[in-house]
Amino acid sequence: MTMPGTVGLVFVSHSAEIASGLVALARQMAPTVALIPAGGTDDGRIGTSFDLVNAAIAEADSGSGVVVLCDLGSAILTAETVLDFVDDELRERTRIADAPLVEGGVAAAVAAESGDPLEVVLNAAESAAGGGPRAPGRAEAGSEDRPTRGHGASGYSRTVTLVNADGLHARPAAELVKLAARYPQRITVNGADAKSLLGIMSLGLTKGASLEIASDDPGASAAVDALAELTATGFGEA
Amino acid sequence: MGLDITWAVDWTRRSAECISEHRVDLITLDREIGDGDHGENMDRGFEAVSAKLDDLAAGSVPSDVLKLVATTLISTVGGAAGPLYGTAYLKAASAVAGEASLDGRAIAALLTAGRDGIVLRGKAEAGDKTMVDAWTPAADAATAAAEAGADAAAVLDAAASAAEAGAEATEPLIARKGRASYLGERSAGHRDPGAESSALLLRAAADAARAATGA
Repeated sequence: MTMPGTVGLVFVSHSAEIASGLVALARQMAPTVALIPAGGTDDGRIGTSFDLVNAAIAEADSGSGVVVLCDLGSAILTAETVLDFVDDELRERTRIADAPLVEGGVAAAVAAESGDPLEVVLNAAESAAGGGPRAPGRAEAGSEDRPTRGHGASGYSRTVTLVNADGLHARPAAELVKLAARYPQRITVNGADAKSLLGIMSLGLTKGASLEIASDDPGASAAVDALAELTATGFGEA
Repeated sequence: MGLDITWAVDWTRRSAECISEHRVDLITLDREIGDGDHGENMDRGFEAVSAKLDDLAAGSVPSDVLKLVATTLISTVGGAAGPLYGTAYLKAASAVAGEASLDGRAIAALLTAGRDGIVLRGKAEAGDKTMVDAWTPAADAATAAAEAGADAAAVLDAAASAAEAGAEATEPLIARKGRASYLGERSAGHRDPGAESSALLLRAAADAARAATGA
């Protein structure tokens, strides 16, 4: 693995349209990573195909690993069976995410696009559950009555007004998350984790909204400034 | 009186015939509590297997047939039954790998490995209203019969009868795995289609053994 690429994703659905539709959706926010659909049976019916999933995993792998997202039961069974058949090295770097297909797929695509390693991409998928149980530490993202997090005397924050005509929709939200992901510190936007795409998007911020970009970490001032700058300039589209 | 390649091929042909014959019954059962494709999927899978039986190399043994069934079902069935039966036949093949003639104990080992494969893949337990409810009593009955000294045909007969009773016993159960689990209590009162097809396949195995041993 001299020049490892980004983590690749495979979307396994009973429906070819769902799998390829999800590729198109995630592609908006992840223009370069491998997003491979494996939907329907070999002959285009509803179901899942061992051969399609097998080929998709091989195609998605660039040496950095593959995260597989599935819809209903037999999609998972088929993906697991494929992993029994692939060579040990590929199996070692392939993960089947326990995540909702659409939300998990989009979150994983953004993480992969940011160059995150396999386990981080997997975690992005698995912590994307809509109304279900969330991973520890992500509970505040998107909740209506989240507590105002103190960022204390040692923290740093900036408040910026959103200028984008269409609000903080998927593309600018992804830009914000990608930039936040480059910094190690925990950063929040109006209390939501700046590295969680769904957390940011579920804030539902429209034009003119105030974004409080904050961190408890005194070392995060550069990150907060960069995010404030990106927001103030309309993410390149305003 | 061991069972050899002739039995394994005959079992597979009888399976294909029997599934084809019960295609509509399986579709009806699956439509009641699932997605309605089980009969069609299984029929397509076994039709594909039948087409490949003539290509078996000379000198093949029963485990070669089981492997052929496994890989073909996995790549042609398209529903949960593909990976579940595929894993069952693969594990069954491993349990009797390379053996030319299978006695009662080998048959019991084959069926137990098949059941373990289904449990491993689907993570269902007895009572979840799945094919496990046919396979577990079948494997247990086969083991008991083999330990009592029964020959291969008698072991398979015991397994098939236990699977039929197990499939019937899924009727009052509430599904906890698979598509039927979405129905919750409404799944009660219907027989599980996977348990039913399992019983059909095991009866085909027993019939093929009876034909092979002339009993």
